Amino acid sequence: MISKNHRLSDFLTWASAIAIMVALYMVFVYAPTERTMGHVQRIFYFHVSTAWVGFFAFFVTLVASMAYLGKGTRQWDIVALSSVEVGLTFITMTIVTGSIWAKVAWNVWWTWDPRLTTSTILWLIYASYLMLRSAIEEEARRARFAAVHGIVGFVSVPITFMAIRWWRTIHPVIFESQGFNLTTPMLTTLLFCIGAFTLLYFALLVHRVRLEQLADEVEQLKHKLGR
Amino acid sequence: MENLVYLFAAYAVFWVLTFAFVFRIARRQRSLQREIEALKRALEARQESWF
Repeated sequence: MISKNHRLSDFLTWASAIAIMVALYMVFVYAPTERTMGHVQRIFYFHVSTAWVGFFAFFVTLVASMAYLGKGTRQWDIVALSSVEVGLTFITMTIVTGSIWAKVAWNVWWTWDPRLTTSTILWLIYASYLMLRSAIEEEARRARFAAVHGIVGFVSVPITFMAIRWWRTIHPVIFESQGFNLTTPMLTTLLFCIGAFTLLYFALLVHRVRLEQLADEVEQLKHKLGR
Repeated sequence: MENLVYLFAAYAVFWVLTFAFVFRIARRQRSLQREIEALKRALEARQESWF
């Protein structure tokens, strides 16, 4: 079982590394230069992909949290925690790269636009998930509270996604009900980047889960030794 | 041309955060694996002393 897990994590690590390299080629060579913004528009491909991974990671936390509350299996708690850590890292990338893009497009690093505001709230909600976990000593109680947080906190994900559709905003809307506001090479590049980042998410998730399993093993051995 | 600095900065943020995350996991995994080995050795030594 362990060697199977190692093979899976090795495969995901190499596959995501290769996919990210191809994604970089597509972003900088294959995708055309945008007419208005020029080369700086290329930030968009990784910005959207990191946002997608963040949302997806929090969705995985939602599912794992519900599974934990239903079954009470430690493994689901580990998946929920690991996914929040990966998701939060990617949402941080989204916010920072978005801020850099904003400096060029809007001439400000930050503005309290609905999308930026909801993204900040989203970030704070999942940062507080980690803070909550570190504040509770008892394992079962910590997992239960975190699972409830993981489920309730997910409400912020669709709100963040829909913010640019519900309220007046200066943030660009790429995915519309009529289609995509992109040329075919741009759309191909974006979709490839999203795929590559999803692979990277799974690679990081598997490694993070393994880390937590090792920590559990240490605790069990310490218990056996009476430490 | 000036805008290329922003492009570079955005991609640098991605790489720095990705490597920081991977490096943190790798370092902690190595440390936990060393700890597991040490605890297993201690457990074996204790079992041998019982016999």
